[in-house]
Amino acid sequence: MKKGIYRMNKMQKALAELSEMDELAARRSPVHTLHPAAKLLTTIVYILVTLSFDKYDLSGIVPMVLWPVLMFTISGVNVRTCFYKLRIVLPLVMAVGLFNPFFDKEIMVSIGGIGVSGGVISMITLMLKGVFCLMASFLLMATTKIDSLCAALRKLHVPAMLVSLLQLTYRYVGVMTEELAVMTEAYHLRAPGQKGIHISAWGSFLGQLLLRSMDRAQELFSSMMLRGYHEHFHYADIDRFRARDALFMAGCILFFVLLRYGNIAQLIGGLVVY
Amino acid sequence: MIEFRNVKFEYEKGKEVLHDMSFRIEKGESVGLIGANGAGKSTIMKLLLGLLQGEGKVLIDGTEVKKETLGEIRAKLGFVLQNSDNQMFMPTVYEDMIFGPLNYGLSREVVDKRVDEVLARLNLEYLKHRYNHKISGGEKRMGAIATILAMEPAAILMDEPTSALDPYNRRLVINTIRELEQTKLIASHDLDMILDTCDRVILISGGRIAADGPAREILSNKELLEANRMELPLRMQ
Repeated sequence: MKKGIYRMNKMQKALAELSEMDELAARRSPVHTLHPAAKLLTTIVYILVTLSFDKYDLSGIVPMVLWPVLMFTISGVNVRTCFYKLRIVLPLVMAVGLFNPFFDKEIMVSIGGIGVSGGVISMITLMLKGVFCLMASFLLMATTKIDSLCAALRKLHVPAMLVSLLQLTYRYVGVMTEELAVMTEAYHLRAPGQKGIHISAWGSFLGQLLLRSMDRAQELFSSMMLRGYHEHFHYADIDRFRARDALFMAGCILFFVLLRYGNIAQLIGGLVVY
Repeated sequence: MIEFRNVKFEYEKGKEVLHDMSFRIEKGESVGLIGANGAGKSTIMKLLLGLLQGEGKVLIDGTEVKKETLGEIRAKLGFVLQNSDNQMFMPTVYEDMIFGPLNYGLSREVVDKRVDEVLARLNLEYLKHRYNHKISGGEKRMGAIATILAMEPAAILMDEPTSALDPYNRRLVINTIRELEQTKLIASHDLDMILDTCDRVILISGGRIAADGPAREILSNKELLEANRMELPLRMQ
């Protein structure tokens, strides 16, 4: 019985977590009030710069953490919240490059007499790249409402169809999770103590989930159409792109260039090591 | 205001769910649509809103409901769904309330003014910036009504507006409905609520109009109601 209740709470928790993102994005901070397009473009540049580092350039990539850390501090979004919400994706990202140490055994550095192979370095670099990119993406979502983000995408001339698709997907994920929560609860109430959903029920469970989600999505869509929705959303009113947004973008991009081409790690090291 | 003229409808070929149905609702009337499950109430609502298309004519303010007129028709009709979760799909009540009017091209200033007026009228100012997933079922239902009123429709259609509400919230919704000046068509099994809010009742049975007349008269007719798988409202028993 306990297990059943636990699972239901897990689904409700998932729903609450989805909604929490909206709440996070609705907060006020200097980062939240920036123009969404400025944040979006800066995040894209950050991700591109992060990905451009060589797989052995560990000392180069480490300082890239400075930007997300700075943004987390200014926006007031808790870093722990970020890692908590990304707990499912993070292991997958961390798994990238997991086999590198087996294929690339050439010793590249020696730390305290212990040789570190190129595979280990490239594995850590790849992991850091993934984690930093996820942190930046999370930061964007946690400081920008989905409607504002979509409005920014439209301003950047991303096709309306794609933007509507993004917005509807965001809404429908919640609908599907709600249906899943109800079905899982109903299942476990009639299968107390059972771990997970039995394989024999997977087919009908998924089929029912799809049908129920489609029904709800249809009703939701009807409700939108009855209130004048026609192919694309009326996007949120976003402020004009101001000087401070341009300054933010320019400052950040300059910072990224500095991190990319100036060896910050060596510079900081030089300050403390004589 | 609302007219059904010889309307027939079938979901599957050969299985007609509405048989040559005709009725007319005048401007300002408050009409209850009652009938057992599967009688055809929801189908009537969907035909009025242009979500379904049948044979015959459905007219709203003299305009026939068809593909080309859907925008015009839907701007005149507000529909309160039975499941408020499907109606309140934006993050906050405010965002839900501005969704419709903005889609109809109103300016943000006009819409904001409307939102404030509607919320004040329903004493729901406190709900304005609340998150939809954090409000109670009763508040969500009131919020759903507010989203429709913000569109200033000429007529309001409601599907089971008091279902799944506790007595306090049910009474709140009933009082709100009573105060609305618009033409109203309310489909419900809650006959006490229909008695409280409607002057006229249309009783549907098997896709046909079994009775159409003053609410008090029809809702006190035990034989008629029982013959159509219904019961007298509780207060008349």
